Amino acid sequence: MTETATGTSTGTYLIRGAAILGGDAEDLLIRDGVIAGRGVGLSADGATVIDAAGLVALPGMVDIHTHLREPGREDAETVETGTRAAALGGYTAVHAMANSNPVADTAGVVEQVHSLGRASGWVDVRPVGAVTVGLAGEQLAELGAMADSRAQVRVFSDDGICVHDPVLMRRALEYVKAFDGVVAQHAQEPRLTAGAQMNEGTVSAVLGLAGWPAVAEESIIARDVLLAQHVGSRLHVCHVSTAGSVEIVRWAKERGINVTAEVTPHHLLLTDELVRSYDPVYKVNPPLRTDADVQALRAGLADGTIDVVGTDHAPHPSEHKECEWAQAAMGMTGLETALSVVQETMIETGLMTWADFARVTSTVPAAIGRVADQGRPLEVGEPANVILVDPAARWTVDPHKMATMGRNSPFAGKELPGAVVATFFKGHPTVLDGKLNTPYRYAAEPAGAGSK
Amino acid sequence: MKHLLSTEDLSAANAIRILDTAEEMATVGDREVKKLPALRGRTVVNLFFEDSTRTRISFEAAAKRLSADVINFAAKGSSVSKGESLKDTAQTLAAMGADAVVIRHWASGAPHRLAATDWIDAAVINAGDGTHEHPTQALLDAFTMRRHWSALHGSASTGADLTGMRVAIAGDVLHSRVARSNVWLLRTLGAEVTLVAPPTLLPIGVGHWPCKVSYNLDETLEGGVDAIMMLRVQGERMNASFFPSTREYSRRWGFDDRRLRALDDLGLKDTIILHPGPMNRGLEISSAAADSTRSTVLAQVRNGVSVRMAALYLLLSGDTREAAHTPGAARTNTARSDKEIN
Repeated sequence: MTETATGTSTGTYLIRGAAILGGDAEDLLIRDGVIAGRGVGLSADGATVIDAAGLVALPGMVDIHTHLREPGREDAETVETGTRAAALGGYTAVHAMANSNPVADTAGVVEQVHSLGRASGWVDVRPVGAVTVGLAGEQLAELGAMADSRAQVRVFSDDGICVHDPVLMRRALEYVKAFDGVVAQHAQEPRLTAGAQMNEGTVSAVLGLAGWPAVAEESIIARDVLLAQHVGSRLHVCHVSTAGSVEIVRWAKERGINVTAEVTPHHLLLTDELVRSYDPVYKVNPPLRTDADVQALRAGLADGTIDVVGTDHAPHPSEHKECEWAQAAMGMTGLETALSVVQETMIETGLMTWADFARVTSTVPAAIGRVADQGRPLEVGEPANVILVDPAARWTVDPHKMATMGRNSPFAGKELPGAVVATFFKGHPTVLDGKLNTPYRYAAEPAGAGSK
Repeated sequence: MKHLLSTEDLSAANAIRILDTAEEMATVGDREVKKLPALRGRTVVNLFFEDSTRTRISFEAAAKRLSADVINFAAKGSSVSKGESLKDTAQTLAAMGADAVVIRHWASGAPHRLAATDWIDAAVINAGDGTHEHPTQALLDAFTMRRHWSALHGSASTGADLTGMRVAIAGDVLHSRVARSNVWLLRTLGAEVTLVAPPTLLPIGVGHWPCKVSYNLDETLEGGVDAIMMLRVQGERMNASFFPSTREYSRRWGFDDRRLRALDDLGLKDTIILHPGPMNRGLEISSAAADSTRSTVLAQVRNGVSVRMAALYLLLSGDTREAAHTPGAARTNTARSDKEIN
């Protein structure tokens, strides 16, 4: 799936004096989709010069967990609006979750999403395939067909719904080995969470909202890591939200089990205390947990137990949030705030460096999704998926100014650090001066399905 | 006080002000002409998303005794999928000029949504929301207990709190808005509360509540109680394995004839028995207990009208604003927080 820029001139850019991964300031020369030079005092000959003094250069972020809503809920988000948001948020690739309508459970749907992504040209859209037909949890979807399609699906998930049948989960884990796939599990024991509205604990007790107990997540993760060990497969755990889950993943990794785990920005910052407002903007699945969980998630991300940050960007139309808590949809937007929230919770706290940031937001998510030309080092010859970040910026979140159609940001009104100044996708600036520029244009549609 | 949403953030001063005002309102109920002109020209909407005839007619009687115009709005199944949204309903009522909305809703927090959003500017009274709170029920329970407690001590009710009173609340605490509202209000008024329930019907986190928790009703009675409140238990809970059978529930946690006699044997001659109604006779309370002289069930109903008159009066015509900013106010929409002082 390496997309060569042959035949597509994306121009020449000289990034002057950016701190590479937060280290020493160097110049980066981007030409025709690749990093053509790195060093001090590179010649600007013929290049558009971008003064990057004070900015940090990072590999383009790769979101392992995005809901783009198209096809089916274009009133919530489209591939076009969602990927604009992604580019503004510093992403050069997103994995589009399968719970669209129709569900992305066939080669046809994943190819449609893939094509929409290419037509938009803001980021690399990597469709996630459903594990089961219609997300119904009963019968495996045609995983191989999706893997072999033009979309070259490698991540499979029924996200939003747990693959709770242990036999089905075992088979899925085994089957995807045939094409180096990974099952991304939404860990939620359904019987323990019937009607659940929020984290089960001291706050739910007071608010009288049905509880979503931590054990419902942890018991599935425990089962799945043991299944992954038994069948020798690769497992990815979506949006880990509890301290106990971190412990189980840590235990599994110590035993050599091939598991990766993800945390969302909102679970790194927000707690269930916010639910006291009954404002459904804080309603999300898995739910916001306690401060002890937040601290454990941060520690887990810092020490590598949790491998990646995934946004679980979940836009909803306003009427799905302007209602009673129990009626409201679950989910929060996240693409345009992820970098800032991770900077606030992980970098400004001293838990991580920008190099660590690059690992958890780009290198490892690209590796999990088997996205070959993303998450690469910022070295000569590598694909020019690069972002420039101003770590000194401060901004106040205003959902109405976002590119996503979703207004359901739990960070609305909050002041956050860090801003994406520029995003280079395949050597083309999709974002410049913190504003959308123009999309990347592919040279030509690739040949038919199955060809490489 | 702009809204009455919960007892959790109701200050002692405001609670006692409501109870004292209710004492004044109670005298209206004793008159031949049971009516005051206080809310003439004001419109009170009873917005009920859940059937509750007894609560609705209690609010209706209260509003009418204050000469308010009353509109009863039974909005069943008003979900996004089924019909009009809460937002649209609220804006409709606002356009019709409602001054107060008494809302009963199956969803916890629905009254908070009305109060915190700009959908409607009326005073909001929570008449029971999901498994969250039922503040006027707790206030009428406290009113009933205060009269009893004051009479025992030969003092006036007005101005008094419940310091030293031992109150046991027994039953399905997990699903009970009545229990929650009572725990917070009784704490505020100085009573000592013990919750008695099977472990399956207590919420995770109950250990952080300002009360004691017991799994044994007999031991709680032996320890001495001045009031015992029995909560309604729904037989359906049995099907969800909260307890093995209604008979086992009744034996272990019901207030049956044996326990009624035990009060006498324990020398607890002044202990009263409360029930918010409607009662499941023979399940959580025996007929003998419900009909005994200890039972305050009908007094609670009578007091309910007085307490609701007081709440409507204070919200619509009184000014009980407090200078202090309460924790509850901080949690609501900031644009409205100046009004949310209760």
